[in-house]
Amino acid sequence: MKFETAEGTNPIDRMKVIGRAHDRVDGPLKTSGLAPYAYEQKGLENVAYGYIVGSSVAKGRITRIDTAAAKAAPGVIAIVTAADAGKLGKGKNNTAKLLAGPEVEHYHQAVAVVVAETFEQARAAASLVRVDYARVKGRFDLAEELKTAPLVGGSGGPNSSAPPIDRVGKFEEAFAAAPVKLDAAYHTPDHTHAMMEPHASIAAWKGDELTLWTSNQMIAWSKRDIALTLNMPLEKVRLISPYVGGGFGGKLFVRADAIMAALGAKAAKRPVKVALPRPFITNNTTHRPATHQRIRLGANTDGTITAIAHESGSGDLPDGGPETAVQQTKLLYAGANRMTAMRLAVLDLPEGNAMRAPGEAPGMMALEIAMDEMAEKLGMDPVEFRIRNDTQVDPEKPQRQFSQRQLVRCLQEGATRFGWSKRNAKPAQVRDGQWLVGMGVAAAFRNHISTKSAARVRLGRDETVTIETDMTDIGTGSYTIIAQTAGEMLGVPAEAVVVKLGDSAFPASAGSGGQWGAANATAGVYAACVKLREQVAQRLGFNSADVVFDAGQVTSGNRSAALREAAAAGELVAEDHIEFGKLGEEWQLSTFGAHFVEVGVNAYTGVSRIRRMLAVCAAGRILNPKAARSQVIGAMTMGVGSALMEELAVDKRFGFFVNHDLASYEVPVHADIPHQEVVFLDEADDKANPMKAKGVGELGMCGVGAAVANALYNATGARVRDYPITLDKYLDKLPDVA
Amino acid sequence: MKAFTYERASDPAAAARIVAAKPGAKFIAGGTNLLDLMKIEVETPVHLVDVQDLDLQRIENTDGGGLRIGALVSNTQLAADERVRRDYGVLTRATVAGASGQLRNKASTAGNLLQRTRCPYFYDTNMPCNKRKPGTGCGAIGGYSRQLAVIGGSDKCIATFPGDMPVALRVLDAVVETINGQGQRRSIPIADFHRLWGDRPEQDTVLKPGELITHVVLPRPLGGKHFYEKVRDRASYAFALVSVAAVIQPDGTGRVAFGGVAPKPWRVPEAEALLPRGAAAVTARAFQGATPTSDNAFKLPLATRALVSVIAQAKA
Repeated sequence: MKFETAEGTNPIDRMKVIGRAHDRVDGPLKTSGLAPYAYEQKGLENVAYGYIVGSSVAKGRITRIDTAAAKAAPGVIAIVTAADAGKLGKGKNNTAKLLAGPEVEHYHQAVAVVVAETFEQARAAASLVRVDYARVKGRFDLAEELKTAPLVGGSGGPNSSAPPIDRVGKFEEAFAAAPVKLDAAYHTPDHTHAMMEPHASIAAWKGDELTLWTSNQMIAWSKRDIALTLNMPLEKVRLISPYVGGGFGGKLFVRADAIMAALGAKAAKRPVKVALPRPFITNNTTHRPATHQRIRLGANTDGTITAIAHESGSGDLPDGGPETAVQQTKLLYAGANRMTAMRLAVLDLPEGNAMRAPGEAPGMMALEIAMDEMAEKLGMDPVEFRIRNDTQVDPEKPQRQFSQRQLVRCLQEGATRFGWSKRNAKPAQVRDGQWLVGMGVAAAFRNHISTKSAARVRLGRDETVTIETDMTDIGTGSYTIIAQTAGEMLGVPAEAVVVKLGDSAFPASAGSGGQWGAANATAGVYAACVKLREQVAQRLGFNSADVVFDAGQVTSGNRSAALREAAAAGELVAEDHIEFGKLGEEWQLSTFGAHFVEVGVNAYTGVSRIRRMLAVCAAGRILNPKAARSQVIGAMTMGVGSALMEELAVDKRFGFFVNHDLASYEVPVHADIPHQEVVFLDEADDKANPMKAKGVGELGMCGVGAAVANALYNATGARVRDYPITLDKYLDKLPDVA
Repeated sequence: MKAFTYERASDPAAAARIVAAKPGAKFIAGGTNLLDLMKIEVETPVHLVDVQDLDLQRIENTDGGGLRIGALVSNTQLAADERVRRDYGVLTRATVAGASGQLRNKASTAGNLLQRTRCPYFYDTNMPCNKRKPGTGCGAIGGYSRQLAVIGGSDKCIATFPGDMPVALRVLDAVVETINGQGQRRSIPIADFHRLWGDRPEQDTVLKPGELITHVVLPRPLGGKHFYEKVRDRASYAFALVSVAAVIQPDGTGRVAFGGVAPKPWRVPEAEALLPRGAAAVTARAFQGATPTSDNAFKLPLATRALVSVIAQAKA
C-alpha cells in the first residue's frame, strides 16, 4: 500500500479497539518473568558462555596477544581474536570495528572473546588474556578539537556539494540591527543509554547458517550488518529478538555481543551466549555525543524574532557523524533571517551515535534555555514569547505547511493546567521553608519520520488472527498496539490477536527508533489487514468496498456472516507493507508539546528536587493512551536525568568514560520522580499515515531539560548553561546563608 | 571472578584463625560490597570464610548505659531498633540514608565499616590505582575527582571513605570490638579505626590480618538533637557529595563529623568546639589545610552550607 494522499475515513477511525487504554498484552509474561529475553532463550542445548576482553587503551596497536594462560584455564573451549577470526567486514551502521586488531580505535573495543563451559570460567579466563599495546596519543578533548573542526552537513548532508551552512535571509545583518539580542553558549555532555537489559546475544550455527537471539531494536538493519561483518550471504542470517529490555537507540545497531557470540560459537562449534557487562555498555557501545552550542537570537521589542542562529559542534571517531543538535531550530520558530551550522571534530573516544531523540534532545536543551533568556530580556512571559513566534509553515521553505501544528494550544493548555499564572517572573522570590521554588516552561518538538513497514496477517480456521512482523517491542507497547490495530481492522478484540514480533523470518518493519515505530509499524499492519479484508470479503462472496468488520461478524448491506466462516475452508494469509509517496515532502510532519516543571532548590545546600511536571503533547492520534503516557513519563524522567545528573565524565589523559557503572553514572530513581502528568490533545493527522498517528516516545523528552533549567533559574536566579545542572555549578550564586 | 574456596565459620576465633593463616582469605558477611568487587576482580580472595552463622546478631544494653551492636546486625535492623531510634537518631538517619532497602537488609554493621572507596579508578582494573595495586600510581590525581577527598588524602591516593553509617558512629564515639585467632579481644575507638592513606592507601583500616569485628559499642546517649544531612545529586541511592552528622545540644554546643570529604569520617574536636560561633568557624578549622582538586573544591563551601542548615534546624 502506498500512502500518497491525505487519508479519508477508514476503519481505524471507529476507535473501538485502537485508541483505547488497553493493558499490555505481554504484561503478564513480563511481570511473571516468563518473557524470554535474548540471554534467556530456552531449548538450546550445550550452550557455552563467551566473555569479551576489551582494550585497555583508547588508541594504539596490538603488538602481541598471549592466550596461553587463558587457554589452559579451567573450562575454556575457545578463544577468538582478530588473528583467528578470518576477514571481517563492517556494518553500515558501525563506525569502529567490532573486533579490534591490530589497530585499536577506542577504549574497551573488543580484542578477544573467551568461550568456556560456564560464565564464571569464561570471565576468569578472560582476565588471563595478556594483550600488549603500542599506545599512541589520542584526541579526547572536544573543546580543544572543535577549534579546528570542519563544518559538516547543511541541508545536503555530509559529502554533498550543498553549502555547509544553512541560511535564509541575512542573519548577520538582521542580528546586528536587532534591538534585543542574545548570544549565549551551551554545553551538553556525553550520555549513556543506561537501559536495564544489557546488550546480549546467543549465537548458534547450523552448517553455514547463523541464528542469533539478540536484544536489538532494528532487525532488518542488523541482519544486513551481521551479514556484512561476517561476510555471509544475507539469507544465511536469522535474527530473533522478541523482547528487548530497553534500548533508547543503543540497540539500533549490531554490537560486539552479537559478533563475538557468532565468532565464539563458530570456534567452539557450540551455541555461545555473550552479554556485555555494564562498563562495556558505556565504553564498548555507542553513546549520545557531547555538544558545544552557540545560539544567537535577535528580536524586535514586541518580541518578534528577526534573526535566529544555532551552531553546534560535536565529535566522533573518524568517519563518524555529528550530533544534529540544530535540527529543531530550522522548524520550531518563525524568523526571517536564519542560520544553522554544525562542526564535527575527530575524537578517539568510543563511538557516538543515536540516543533517544538524537539531535533534538540536546538541541532543545540549549534552544529552550535561550528562549527563556530572550523572553526575560524582552520582559515577556516565556509562554507568550513562544506563542508570538509560532509558525504554521516551514520557516526555511514557507510554501510547505505543517500537516498539523498545535504548539500554541499545548502551551496554553499547559499554562492553564499547571497554574503558570502564579509564577513570579522575577527569580528567587518564592520560598517554601528551606526551599526556593521556581517554575519553568519549554516547548517540545520532534519530527515524525515515515518509513516503509511490512506485516503478514493470518486468519486461522479457528478464527485466530496472527500478526507476523519483525517489528520490535523495546518496552514501548508494540505488541499491544499491533494487536489493537488488527483487532480494529478485523472486528475482533485485541485479546483475540496473536502478535509475533522480532524475527527476521517475518516481513521487515520500520523497527523501533526515532519515535517512528508505533505509527509506521501499525500502518504496515493496517495495510496487511486491508488485504486480508479483501480476501475475507471474496471468500464470503461480499463486495469488499462496503464491508464492515465488527464483533466477529462481517457485514455488507443487510448480509452478514461470521468472520470464522471465511477461514473455514483454510487459513487466509495476507502480506503487505506501507510505503510513502511525496506527502512528507509537501507537508512538514512534526510533533509538538509543552513541558512545565516546578523545581525546589534547598537554599542552604543547593540540592535541587523536581516538585511536579506536566507535559501536553500533540502528536496525532494516540494509539493507546496508557502506553503513550508511559512513554512520555519515561521520557520526562530521562529529561530530568539529562538536566540534573547524567554525564559521562571524560578522562582526557586515558581517553575513556570514567564513570562506567550505574553507581557512578546516576539516572533518576523513584525518589526523584515527582508528580508527573501527561495530557494528549485530541488529534488525528490525515497526512501522516492511515493510522493518522505520529511518534510520541521521544517528544516527551525534548525540551524537558530546558524546562528544568528554566525552573531552576526562576527558583534561584542562577542561570546555568552547562549540563548537567549539578549544585556545584550554582552554589556560589545562591543567597548567602552563613 | 577468580575461583575461590568457601567455608562457613561457627566460632569467631576460629574464623579469625583461618583468615589469619591463609594469605588471600577474607571474611564475608552480607557481601554487598565484596561480591561486586570480586566480579570485576578488584578483590580476588582465594578463600572466603562466611561469618553469617556467628552469634553476633543482637543489640544488647551495656552496663554503661549504651548499646552493644553485634557485627552481623543488618543495617535495616539497626536503623529500626527502638533504642537506636530514640537515643541515637543520628545513627538511624545516617543508616537509612545509605544504599537501598534491599542492600540495607543484607548489609551488616561490621561490613558497613569496611566498605571500600567508590573512586572510579579503583573500580577499573585497566587504570593505575595505588589502593588496588600498590605502586601503580593514582589515576584520580589529575583525573576525574568530583567525588573524591578534599582533605586527608596523600600524593598516593585521594579516595574517600564512601559510607554514611560510620560518620554517625564517629560522632557518637563508638568503639569497634574485635577478636583475633588467638581469641584476644581488642577495642578500637572509631576515631582510630580508619586510616589516612599516607604511603599505604591499600590499607583502609587498622585491622590486622584475620582480625574480626565482633561488635560496635555505643557509649551512653548524648541527648541533644540529632541530624544527618546528606547532600547528593539524586534523592536516593547515591553516595554523599558531602554529609554532616551532628548532635547539637540546647546551648548550641555539640558534635559534628563530615562524610564524603576524606579517607575517613572527618571529625576535628577543635573545630566542633567552635559550633556556638557558627558553621563557618567550624568548617574553617575542620578543613584547615584542605587540598581540593578543581573538580571537588565545591565541597568546602558545600560543607559549610550543609552545617548552616543543620544549625538552623537545631534552632528551629
